[in-house]
Amino acid sequence: MSDNPTLVIRVNGEERRTAAGRSVAEMLADLGLDPGKVAVERNLEIVPRGTLRDVLVADGDAFEIVHFVGGG
Amino acid sequence: MNAPQTMESDSWTVAGRTFTSRLIVGTGKYKSLEENAAAVEASGAEIVTVAVRRVNISDPSQPMLTDHIDPKKITYLPNTAGCFTADDAIRTLRLAREAGGWNLVKLEVLGEAKTLYPDMRETLKATEILVKEGFEPMVYCVDDPIAAKQLEEAGAVAIMPLGAPIGSGLGIQNRVTIRLIVEGAGVPVLVDAGVGTASDAAQAMELGCDGVLMNTAIAEAKDPVLMARAMKAAVESGRLAYLAGRMPKRRYADPSSPLAGLI
Repeated sequence: MSDNPTLVIRVNGEERRTAAGRSVAEMLADLGLDPGKVAVERNLEIVPRGTLRDVLVADGDAFEIVHFVGGG
Repeated sequence: MNAPQTMESDSWTVAGRTFTSRLIVGTGKYKSLEENAAAVEASGAEIVTVAVRRVNISDPSQPMLTDHIDPKKITYLPNTAGCFTADDAIRTLRLAREAGGWNLVKLEVLGEAKTLYPDMRETLKATEILVKEGFEPMVYCVDDPIAAKQLEEAGAVAIMPLGAPIGSGLGIQNRVTIRLIVEGAGVPVLVDAGVGTASDAAQAMELGCDGVLMNTAIAEAKDPVLMARAMKAAVESGRLAYLAGRMPKRRYADPSSPLAGLI
């Protein structure tokens, strides 16, 4: 990993750093999240669950990761 | 109209899905997820509304709603609470569909924070777009029979007029317009918002509504689980009274004992 350049991304409004070459699925794993329980939006576009392993995180990406909470 | 032999045989259908319970409950404002789950159980609800929010990425291990209320047993109805534009509501529901795979959703587009009154221009716009994208929106709206008809024409699968402002507990403020919406609708009508206590829920059902949606009336009761039971009974008794057909109102007394044979 140390050979890879570091990317700067935003996740749920917070700036984070991650290694280049990681997929969205790997990013979720790094965050400790179960891909089956969340939905991911990348730069305002939904990342379908079936493609989480195929989509690579790019520098400057803005992610929204959401789940269901109590509401009326 | 044929009276049901049991409540189980008196089902209703929305967007091709059939339910026995006519009570939909929210999952907000509870003290704990345990209390929330117990109230849902006591209410007999088969559908719960849920909100879509950011995951807490600094503490991903915190308890989740899905661990307490099983989406395989209870239908999750994702909402757009907190959305003030059609674009925000659509974005939220696209994420909800990806998170849970459901097309059946609750659309609400709010006009202002003070009253949480729906913005009908944005609501209608969002309904049209959602329907084009394959969603089946149950739509929160004003208690206006014309707006309700326009939503139905745009493809809303259920019309959900407010009884009073969200979280107010004021009860149904305009029974006349709720009744007019029921009479004019070709899709289910559910009173959504404003119910404060059991008699309000019974009244909605006596007006001929297909169901009632509530959150605060249960969650903010002193004993939410007991109130959930009360609401279950109220929705059922209001429904039965509607089916039974109430007696006409008279301005003066009418004796119940025969006048003939008086000594």
